Amino acid sequence: MCALIAILATIGIVFSVVTETWRFFFDPNITGKPTVTDFLFGTEWNPQAALRADQGEIVTAFGFLPLLVGTLLITFIAMCVAGPLGLLSAIYLAEYASPRVRAIFKPVLETLAGIPTVVLGFFAALTVAPLIRAAGESIGLDVASESALAAGLVMGMMIIPFISSLSDDVINAVPQSLRDGAYALGSTKSETIRRVVLASALPGVVSAFMLAISRGIGETMIVVMAAGLAGNLTFNPLEAVTTITVQIKTILVGDQEFDSAKTLAAFALGFVLFFVTLTLNYIALRIVKAYREQYD
Amino acid sequence: MTDAVIAGPGRAPPRTPMRRLDTSSAEAKARVRRRYRAERRFKAYGLGALGITTTFLLILLADILIRGIPAFWQHALLLDVPVKAETIDPGNKRAEMFAAAEKLRSERSWWISRQLFGPSPADTAPDPLQPLRAADFSGLARQALYDAFPGIEGRQALRKVAGLLSTGAGDELRDRVIADAGLVGTTVRTRVLLSANADLYLKGEGTPIETRPGKATATPSAATGAVTIEASGDAFAAEMARTREIVSKRIAALRAEADRLHKRAGAAAATQVEQMRAEAAEMETRITQASGEETLDERMPSVIVVINGGVVKVQKLTPRSVSGTVLIPLQSTAAAEPDAWQIATYLLPESARRTGDLETAVLERLRGEGRIERNFNWRFFTAGDSREPELAGIRGALVGSALTLLVTLVLCLPIGVMAAIYLEEFASKNRVTDLIEININNLAAVPSIVFGLLGLAVFLNFFNLPRSAPLVGGLVLALLVLPTIIIASRAALKAVPPSIKEAALGVGASHQQAVFHHVLPLAMPGIMTGTIIGMAHALGETAPLLMIGMVAFIVDIPGSLTSAATVLPVQVFLWSDLPEPAFKMRTAAAIIVLLVFLFLMNGLAIYLRKQFERRW
Amino acid sequence: MDARVNFDVEFQEQPAVAAAPKIVARDVNVYYGDKHALKGVNVDIPERSVTAFIGPSGCGKSTFLRCINRMNDTIPICRVTGKITIAGEDIYDRSLDVVQLRARVGMVFQKPNPFPKSIFENIAYGPRIHGLARNNAELEEIVVSSLQRAGLFEEVKDRLNDSGTGLSGGQQQRLCIARAIAVAPEIILMDEPCSALDPIATARVEDLIDELRGDYTIVIVTHNMQQAARVSQRTAFFHLGELVEEGVTEAIFSTPSDRRTQDYITGRFG
Repeated sequence: MCALIAILATIGIVFSVVTETWRFFFDPNITGKPTVTDFLFGTEWNPQAALRADQGEIVTAFGFLPLLVGTLLITFIAMCVAGPLGLLSAIYLAEYASPRVRAIFKPVLETLAGIPTVVLGFFAALTVAPLIRAAGESIGLDVASESALAAGLVMGMMIIPFISSLSDDVINAVPQSLRDGAYALGSTKSETIRRVVLASALPGVVSAFMLAISRGIGETMIVVMAAGLAGNLTFNPLEAVTTITVQIKTILVGDQEFDSAKTLAAFALGFVLFFVTLTLNYIALRIVKAYREQYD
Repeated sequence: MTDAVIAGPGRAPPRTPMRRLDTSSAEAKARVRRRYRAERRFKAYGLGALGITTTFLLILLADILIRGIPAFWQHALLLDVPVKAETIDPGNKRAEMFAAAEKLRSERSWWISRQLFGPSPADTAPDPLQPLRAADFSGLARQALYDAFPGIEGRQALRKVAGLLSTGAGDELRDRVIADAGLVGTTVRTRVLLSANADLYLKGEGTPIETRPGKATATPSAATGAVTIEASGDAFAAEMARTREIVSKRIAALRAEADRLHKRAGAAAATQVEQMRAEAAEMETRITQASGEETLDERMPSVIVVINGGVVKVQKLTPRSVSGTVLIPLQSTAAAEPDAWQIATYLLPESARRTGDLETAVLERLRGEGRIERNFNWRFFTAGDSREPELAGIRGALVGSALTLLVTLVLCLPIGVMAAIYLEEFASKNRVTDLIEININNLAAVPSIVFGLLGLAVFLNFFNLPRSAPLVGGLVLALLVLPTIIIASRAALKAVPPSIKEAALGVGASHQQAVFHHVLPLAMPGIMTGTIIGMAHALGETAPLLMIGMVAFIVDIPGSLTSAATVLPVQVFLWSDLPEPAFKMRTAAAIIVLLVFLFLMNGLAIYLRKQFERRW
Repeated sequence: MDARVNFDVEFQEQPAVAAAPKIVARDVNVYYGDKHALKGVNVDIPERSVTAFIGPSGCGKSTFLRCINRMNDTIPICRVTGKITIAGEDIYDRSLDVVQLRARVGMVFQKPNPFPKSIFENIAYGPRIHGLARNNAELEEIVVSSLQRAGLFEEVKDRLNDSGTGLSGGQQQRLCIARAIAVAPEIILMDEPCSALDPIATARVEDLIDELRGDYTIVIVTHNMQQAARVSQRTAFFHLGELVEEGVTEAIFSTPSDRRTQDYITGRFG
């Protein structure tokens, strides 16, 4: 019955985030809480004031939009890096590479996949961000020291091996007979890959991208270390943005009372995170399953 | 389509004139060339993507290595420190103290019996040597350093020199005295730890230095205090030129600022603008005069003259003479022959450095005397966290990681393997097992921070387990890697050919016996591989542990599963946030240690996989 | 040797004029790594006719077929020696472009392998990559005429935008034939095209082959001797990597000159 532990874990997660989220929105004892609409569509995020009621001037705000936009912006940048690089790497490894080349590059991708995100975060904050800032300054651009771009680029690095290994699987699942069919019509190798192999593997590739996006949305350490804290509602990759995970971490690290709206807000964010990633994963896994059945 | 011709049995196929592929025309050849170009391009894209990824990885690793490797070495000073009895043992009770300590040591119980029967009174008794330990050994070391530079006086200067030593400067001396009471009252040659800033300077992170011999006879006017050095020729022309270059840049900046102010404020700032312009003009006339004098301020490179066994910091400069203050006293005011004295320029201005001119001069002198030693930084592995970078180590984090992983392994391995066996060998295909399967797959992809929320809400608030404890960290990580282990174990079980189970069943084993006696042992390498990879994943995990409070600043090495602890990646996170460059260096060093552990674990997993694969 | 077998089929009439050899193979050897898969094959295949390759499994007939459009190039460990010419041109010549060759030599596989695209796109794929159509109207015309030639047009004309994988097995195979025709090849190679089809679908494909031989040189590999007898004018019998016997189909089946051919077609092994 050990398998039930997995179920218990899920129930535990759902239970903890849902009850706290419920309290965040509806518990009458919690002061300063927003309504659901305020939370979902508010454009300002400022949970600090909720901690100390006497700091009257600061307006408490639990608008979720800046976090969502920040999260999506960074994930988008990451996907712009990791999508093409990961997919092209996978194609090259699966279709072109000789065993020797594969023996060189596979470990590279595996190593990259094994690097803890805290290390990548350190790299992003100390090396990539200053580089981007310097590069921006040299062409006259004003870049925030904690720009979304730095976090996004390094997150992209993190996702590359993820996309490439998933894409590798789906590309290898494309039956050889389809490649033969294309070759027999006089296709070159790249025509075969682009027009037949990728077209066939498309659902699998799409689901790999979805899993990667969910990975990016849920990633914490890189953004904690390299992205900012201020909830700017912006689409400019050179500015500092904040993300859902950063805010959860910021609110919950250190001492906290369990009944303040601020703490509960973190659980509400966790709920959103859990819900979004779970949905993405569920859809992606369904697509992959259907895709595999098509060729089995 | 109105064409009703149907090609079918018995009918004539539509006889259109046959098209044939055109392969010979110029147009066709160009098309083929284009297609092959596209082919090559596409292939290059793929290779390029791999190249970029590899470059990323190499830059990352190189960056970490370059930053972190220097932290594995540390500089210390070799000093002859007189261990004055009146300073460290004013009551003169050390004989009794050592005797008491010896007695206590013999009464201490073994570790095992301590764990089993609890500590004996001797284990919890206060250390009789405590007064001796608490004595000011660092003060002794500091005094020894002062004594080495008798000419440096004044509180400010002495404080600067003292700043070269770590707060842990007396540690080695203390350990040696505690181990050997006979050293009290003698002079001990001992290693004295330098402060992080001094260490950084000696590692070359301070400032670029340009040193050249003086090319004329130079005569200092005094041995201490303010001093003027007259040279017989244009010995300081190069320094003069560099200074004038800086001044002319300042003139340009001042003029630009004046213009800007004039444009923006107009008449309102007229006097100020006028003043700035006059200042610029004045500076300009000064630097165009051949024999003009320049003053070096703190935003300019420091010019240092090393002459007659002393060091002078230059404040005013002409091509033939300099005047300034003595940092380290000169032995005489005799004229120095050409090439017998040096001019050094510290290119980074003093205000931008962490070691000032005096400290740098002292360090250079000590280095010249061969009293600086570079040792492997064992403390990094044997000490806990500290506010002082030179004293900080990762032992606490390593022990914390080990304890946490232990909890994770103890929980995960049996539960994961049992769950896998159940799902693979015993579970019937129904809605419940389906649900469990989907659940496990989805759980594997839940963001790790959400597991941290679970730990916070359930383990800390609901079950009231202690914060920051390896126990809770292990529980959370166990849930995190459980799906990985279940999935890997199932794959390993699936890979065992059914014939083995059938053979066992055929000789009369029960289903359970067949699985546990025959299938499981054969699947074990695969399960171990999966477990190691899962553990490596857990070792690198940070975010959920932040949620359950494993981010506190903890100096002590954690001693139990419930004591406050931190883990290696969290230590990395904590240090990376600190502003001191020495901590950045240690962060990178801690990352190197973390990566070494991860590579070892993954290497072991790969080795196991290679060793046991293709057995059937 | 009078064990005549009655195949109960109508043999194909001989071409009135003996066609010029389209494909000429001289001393073709194929090695898969260390394995010598095809040993010194010499054969002339005439233009605008159907030639069948028969023989037991693993005898090298498919291997030889794949040499004709150099599909063996895609297998890294495979090595081909000897000479094969198509219309006098050496296809293993260095200057020859394999992509162009495969456009001239179409191929239909054992298992129908339509691309997971619409029916229209399946057919349009070849003409597109080879630039056979200057505009959409031409492309459409090629698609329609190819489908008509493959006898599939009436069945699918209302659902050209549906996925090709949604068709029945027989329809998929005719789609693959139409796909091959769309590139306007000179030769069509068929590797057991009916082995995955039911008898009715098989009959339709066989009829189709018969119709196509007026325009194309067709080489068909088959396990099914009745099929070889029904559709081909000439037959080549392969055994253990060797070409044992080749000749007019009727002659091979009625008066085989080699003992092994006799044994195979009378069902002693195979």
